[in-house]
Amino acid sequence: MEFFIVFLPLISSLISSVFGKRLGDRYCQILASSLIGISGILSILIFYKVLIQDYNVNKLIFNWISSGAFSVNWSINIDPLTSVMLVVVTLISTIIHFYSIGYMEHDAHKPRFMAYLSLFTFAMLTLVTADNFLQLFFGWEGVGLCSYLLIGFWYKKPAANAAAIKAFVVNRVGDFGFAIGIFLIFFYFNTVNYNEVFGLVPQLIEKEIIFLGIKFNLITLICLLLFIGAMGKSAQILLHTWLPDAMEGPTPVSALIHAATMVTAGVFLVVRCSPIFEYSQVALNVVAIVGMITAFFAATVALVQNDIKKIVAYSTCSQLGYMFFAAGIGAYHVAIFHLFTHAFFKALLFLGAGCVIHSFHEEQDIRLMGGVWKKIPYTYVLMIVGTLALTGFPFLSGYYSKDAIIEFAYLKNNTIGYCAVAIGILTALLTSIYSWRLIFKTFHGKFNNKKNTPSTIKESSLFMLIPSSLLAVGSIITGMLFKNIFIGSNTNFWSDSILFLQLFQNNHPPIWVITITPVLVVIAIPTSFYLFLKNEKILKNFILKNQNLYNFLLNKWYFDDLYNFIFVNPIKKIGLFLWKEGDINTIDRFGPDGLAKLVKIISEKAVSFQNGYLYHYAFVMLVGFSILLTYLILY
Amino acid sequence: MNEIGLGHYLTLGAIIFTIGIIGIFLNRKNVIIILMSIELILLAVNINLVSFSIYLQDLVGQVFSMFILTVAAAEAAVGLAIIVIYYKNKGSIYVEKISSLKG
Repeated sequence: MEFFIVFLPLISSLISSVFGKRLGDRYCQILASSLIGISGILSILIFYKVLIQDYNVNKLIFNWISSGAFSVNWSINIDPLTSVMLVVVTLISTIIHFYSIGYMEHDAHKPRFMAYLSLFTFAMLTLVTADNFLQLFFGWEGVGLCSYLLIGFWYKKPAANAAAIKAFVVNRVGDFGFAIGIFLIFFYFNTVNYNEVFGLVPQLIEKEIIFLGIKFNLITLICLLLFIGAMGKSAQILLHTWLPDAMEGPTPVSALIHAATMVTAGVFLVVRCSPIFEYSQVALNVVAIVGMITAFFAATVALVQNDIKKIVAYSTCSQLGYMFFAAGIGAYHVAIFHLFTHAFFKALLFLGAGCVIHSFHEEQDIRLMGGVWKKIPYTYVLMIVGTLALTGFPFLSGYYSKDAIIEFAYLKNNTIGYCAVAIGILTALLTSIYSWRLIFKTFHGKFNNKKNTPSTIKESSLFMLIPSSLLAVGSIITGMLFKNIFIGSNTNFWSDSILFLQLFQNNHPPIWVITITPVLVVIAIPTSFYLFLKNEKILKNFILKNQNLYNFLLNKWYFDDLYNFIFVNPIKKIGLFLWKEGDINTIDRFGPDGLAKLVKIISEKAVSFQNGYLYHYAFVMLVGFSILLTYLILY
Repeated sequence: MNEIGLGHYLTLGAIIFTIGIIGIFLNRKNVIIILMSIELILLAVNINLVSFSIYLQDLVGQVFSMFILTVAAAEAAVGLAIIVIYYKNKGSIYVEKISSLKG
């Protein structure tokens, strides 16, 4: 069963890529979607088995590398954490496969798209089922590759290519840290298998090593390096710049890769390595602080963006920040719970955004929308559900997970915890405001689109609406259904897969901590309605008065400009110099080009000998003969 | 007056040989002149043979030159025949125009 879960997507990818043309678009799409669907159903079965019978298994596929003391298996490791990730990945992937049948209707390369999507699913599954760091790294790079391919799927768009390269390069920065982390683990533990590494951690707590001339605690250093990898993949602040740009890819890709699954791999990594992180308070604090800054930063930027997908992308970034600071305060299970619910409502929001873009015929700017909620009621409802769930409206999924994060942060009972509470509540408020701004600007107010008339705005096809509605159901019920299983006070669902050194106090936080977020979130709805729809003058005046602040947010805290200034432009200049001066003017000029020119000149001279005139041949013959003779006589 | 000796004969041979050579590659007019130049070269060689034959008191050289004359006659006949055929095919035996060897 486990084999099928992992390898059906691979088979689907191979069939779509090799036989895609012969099968025909429609068959290829249906086949790929069904194969992933089967894998999804099997994952649910596995999850059920884990839930009911504490199913725990490690299936060996083959011995991957065996060299001296270094032995790595390719295997499928099922434990509670993996089973949750399996469900998230395969379920969302199935839904998005079906959705893309509708979304990519007018695209010429459907089989290629399906092949990439399925390949991505396979890579993500190898990542979550790994039982060692090397297989994890394989999956990690695999999803990175697929992300690159899918962002650049519309390869004729220069912006898409640039975004793909940006995503790839920024991820390399993170992966560099991640790889060094794995090397360190192997160097000091002599193994990269989870079980053995985690077992050895307590013996090496005191070990100190010198890295880059600074004395580090070994465990802390490993954690920090692994976390750099996680930051790259999960678009945390400093390495977040690729995520908004990645929205150049098709919307289903944004939903699957850049919202629900791949970007959560970083959170998964931190949770998976909880047995290491738990022994380093410094690293945990760094995780929490980076998470908090990201959550707040991304939420503020999302407030003023105008591209519908970019708003949702920054929102993703912000929610990932939540997951990280949840993990950073030691509430790994809550981080995974938020990952779980977030996958549903964020994928829903993206699919809804995809429907909106489809209805407006490829328009993404929310200033150029508006007044269409009666025209596309289903899309409207889907977006409302997604927004409610995201903002944490009571009794939808986001409410349970986000509030749990804030509660657990409070229960942590230290400075970091209280900071997290403050940031969490503030960000929840901001989240609510920008989400409702998105809704009001997109669906309400005046119809602002010049390219389309209101009558051409049509509801999307059923292929897009049905998968989205499934996600809507998921966004509504997952919180209620799984709250007790994942984060209930006496749950032991997670068994050994997550290590908690300090257990949380079991008493309840004060009532204001629990109620303040939902209250703020609910209040934010009429407030945004008033600000963004009824009385826009207030905001306009505010923007005019605070032009600097507005520009600061609009330009994403100037991160991109800063990076361009510090890294991109100097490197570009060096590259240009090396290319023009080093390559063309030195190596080519004296190397291949010079030789070729020399040969050409000589051969042109030689050609003039062969002119067909008898007397020239005779002359040459004679001269040659004389030289030969002279040589023979003299020597 | 000095007696005419081997040196003079050899000088004559060398002069004729050189004239033949120069005739081959300075000639821009007629293939027949090339043929004649080749004859000159052969004759220069013959002069050498004969003069050495007398100088060394050995008749073999003269016999050999008789052979060469015979072969040269045959060769001249073949050469002329080729030129005739060539003229028939191309309509000209102008050396400047013979450049089909270039390929």
